[in-house]
Amino acid sequence: MKRHLNTLFVTTEGSYLAKDGAAVQVRFEKKTLLRVPLHNLDSVVCFGRVGFSSQLAAACAEAGVSISLMSPHGRFRAAVVGFSPGNVLLRRQQYRAADDPELTARIARNCISGKIANSRSVLLRAARDAKDEDRSSRLKLAAKQLAPILRRVAKADDADTVRGYEGESASKYFASFGDLTSVDGFQMKGRSRRPPLDPINALLSFLYAMLAHDARSACEACGLDAAVGFLHRDRPGRPGCALDLMEEFRPVLADRLAFSLINRKQVSCKGFEVTSSGAVRMDDKTRKTVLTAYQTRKQDTIEHPFLGEKTTMGLLVHLQARLLARHLRGDLDEYPAFIWK
Amino acid sequence: MVMLVTYDVSTASAAGKRRLRLIAKICLDYGQRVQNSVFELDLDHAKWVECRARLLDTMEPEEDSLRFYRLGNQWRERVEHIGTNPSTDLSGGTLLA
Repeated sequence: MKRHLNTLFVTTEGSYLAKDGAAVQVRFEKKTLLRVPLHNLDSVVCFGRVGFSSQLAAACAEAGVSISLMSPHGRFRAAVVGFSPGNVLLRRQQYRAADDPELTARIARNCISGKIANSRSVLLRAARDAKDEDRSSRLKLAAKQLAPILRRVAKADDADTVRGYEGESASKYFASFGDLTSVDGFQMKGRSRRPPLDPINALLSFLYAMLAHDARSACEACGLDAAVGFLHRDRPGRPGCALDLMEEFRPVLADRLAFSLINRKQVSCKGFEVTSSGAVRMDDKTRKTVLTAYQTRKQDTIEHPFLGEKTTMGLLVHLQARLLARHLRGDLDEYPAFIWK
Repeated sequence: MVMLVTYDVSTASAAGKRRLRLIAKICLDYGQRVQNSVFELDLDHAKWVECRARLLDTMEPEEDSLRFYRLGNQWRERVEHIGTNPSTDLSGGTLLA
């Protein structure tokens, strides 16, 4: 089984990455900040103005370490990856499945069932933890409203119907987000993105970007084409398959983390700034806190509900990518989405 | 797992000085330097076999000595650091620069 390898996040603007033997060296103003052997890494994520040498790019490609370049606020810009690993037969199978409306609907249905079930769990868990009776009952009510949608999704037999239910559940779910936090200044008035208009949305967008990065590497690591999705339609530059895989993890890995960070006061409103366009962005310190929390979360152990194996949260998305590959190959009748308990 | 590699390389001759540099470089390919001739390597078994073979090829058994300590997967309980130059937890902590 794949080992859970670390991700190197480079957030220091103006730093430079060089190859040093079989390791990455992070340099800043002629000083070495960090040196990490390539075999300890799964990927390198650079934020903003970070340079790297072509020798490093080649060594990373060969060692199967991807280098992602993100904007300072987590928007994906470019990636350096080596030859697609694995298997052209699997990719052909994936394209065939993506062209087959029935298969597409089945995979999309399972992804979204997983997402809604996990969203419900997040709401119910928050309801149990809430000290305020009113808040708790509102959260329970929201979770209750998701249940019938979940039943209807299970019967949906084309992808567009699934997309419709997804939208319906998402609007119900996000409507109850205000009840998930109890800290002033973090009130949420619905989901906004491109740009995010309040701190919670900025936080969520950033975490989703990190999750998308991980899902994308998971697809590539097991030979799937990250661009060809089932729930997400093909669009140039959009990693559809990675976004499909990510759906079931959004509530568990991103949303819950965002709310713990706020409720535990690890991030505060002061760590966010409003730009002239109205977009809300987090500052460097907050971004580092969020990245550290995200990495720590990924190292928590959990038992995989379908495989029954102990694993880390960070490896879950890799396991799901492999399960999807197994389904596409015909070794599994259905794609078993990750259901968080 | 984590391996601890320590060495004494005879630097009496020019060839010895060369071996010292090469052995340090090999160790750096697989892990991090924690003290002058002490390295912690966080790797899987396959990588360790590769590293060990390279080290044995480079050393001169008549003159140098190598010691390998197997700290295993539970190495965090077995290592305590006091003082300057703390090491980075390459597989567990957050790698942030």
